[in-house]
Amino acid sequence: MLVYLKPAAFIVCLIPLGQLVYGYYSDDLTANPIEYITRFTGSWSLFILLASLTVTPLRRLTGWNEVIKLRRMLGLFAFGYAALHFSTYMVLDLFFDFAAIGKDILKRPYITVGFSAFVLMIPLAVTSTAGMIRRLGKRWQQLHYLVYVIAILGVLHFYWLVKADIRRPVQYGAVLTVLLGARLAFKLAPVLKQKLSGKPATVRSES
Amino acid sequence: MLIKKPADIKPAEITPKEHYLNRRQFMLSATAMALSSGAMLGGLDLATESGIAYGAEKLANVKKSNFSTNEKLNTLKEITTYNNFYELGPDKEDPAENAKYLTTRPWSVAVEGEVKKAKTYDIEELIKLAPLEERIYRLRCVEAWSMVIPWIGFPLSALIKLAEPTGNAKFIQFVTLNDPKRLPGQKLPTLEWPYVEGLRMDEALHPLTILSVGLYGEVLPAQNGAPIRLVVPWKYGFKSIKSIVKVRFVEKQPAASWNKMQPQEYGFYSNVNPEVDHPRWTQASERRIGEFRRRKTLMFNGYGEQVASLYKGMDLKKYY
Repeated sequence: MLVYLKPAAFIVCLIPLGQLVYGYYSDDLTANPIEYITRFTGSWSLFILLASLTVTPLRRLTGWNEVIKLRRMLGLFAFGYAALHFSTYMVLDLFFDFAAIGKDILKRPYITVGFSAFVLMIPLAVTSTAGMIRRLGKRWQQLHYLVYVIAILGVLHFYWLVKADIRRPVQYGAVLTVLLGARLAFKLAPVLKQKLSGKPATVRSES
Repeated sequence: MLIKKPADIKPAEITPKEHYLNRRQFMLSATAMALSSGAMLGGLDLATESGIAYGAEKLANVKKSNFSTNEKLNTLKEITTYNNFYELGPDKEDPAENAKYLTTRPWSVAVEGEVKKAKTYDIEELIKLAPLEERIYRLRCVEAWSMVIPWIGFPLSALIKLAEPTGNAKFIQFVTLNDPKRLPGQKLPTLEWPYVEGLRMDEALHPLTILSVGLYGEVLPAQNGAPIRLVVPWKYGFKSIKSIVKVRFVEKQPAASWNKMQPQEYGFYSNVNPEVDHPRWTQASERRIGEFRRRKTLMFNGYGEQVASLYKGMDLKKYY
């Protein structure tokens, strides 16, 4: 069963891309395909990024260790869709008008944070190989804490770009809050346990 | 003892669902037609491109207009499947999907406020108020996309003249239907409902400003703001309020929905202006739906020659 976990997840992550290709050939990408593709790839990138952040809490809570095997792949798919998202904007939407792109990045806060999130994803993608993990050692983990910043910027990017219907960005934000909160809880749990089991006396005597 | 149960054939087995649905569409369209005026003639167009029946009666005796552009029209499919009409859902595809909820008969429009002849008009009466004209206009959305749409309607000024505004009437406020059953998007807390918009009196009287009741030779589809909507081609699309039930003449600048929600993003005037960016996106260029490359946005959406004089001496960066 578990042998198929990774290939299955791989195929699932390709479904949105398949939908886009199918939609292109069946002329089903709305009257404004460029806008549709931009939105579609952007929201899938964020969705998969949040999925990758679910791996660790899920593992901690369930003890299902194999799920960790999905983390890198999910992270890379999130990057892949983000790259499609940015390319759609750069190539299809603005057609390499770098002056306009530069102005957008500097002047429009939602693009500033979105672009920053994308740029920050690049070093994480580059250092995702086994060789890099070995070479970087402890610094690899430190570097990859950036994913939290990326996720926050990604949700902010989504929140700042919608006009009035904030439901989806708020949902994404709520999920991210839970996922980051879970990590905080895992960090604090041992400390709290210690306190509850009557150790504070020793803490006090130490001080 | 051998009495057969009568109900072992379900109705669904007798009538294939497709036919059943078609019949329902036919009934809807037929009902809409029966209720509609004699000015509307012509056949039922059940199989619309979008697959949504909206009782597409043809509008008869429509005059051409010199105000029309000769640019390439957007297709009926583009115009009826890519809509910003939050009352029928926040995504572009939603209005076409939810169009079926918006029944447009009976329908009346109340003209009130600072006028000598306040009156509630039945929609049939409104449609016959003035000769119908085809106005092929550019529509520029604040989201930087645009279309060319063959509207059918009549100048708003015709209605204003009948109402005989008093000297106090400086602005007109328009109000959309408030009915979450027919406009299910109103169940969502996106904007404050009902949607309201406003024009200064000289803008409202301008010959380019029309009340539209149709497009592409047919009665206005629900997703485009049926049965009657405003079209002000030199302003961003959201100023052209849809599915109007109230036209109120007022003395002070009235509230407008998007302006109320985000005043720093959507001004009261909201004239198309490539030099004044929306804080979150550029207004210098736009994508004409159906085209690949962006094109430059024109001042007043290309209607500067006709309307620039309305704003003489005004700082358009301040009054955006």
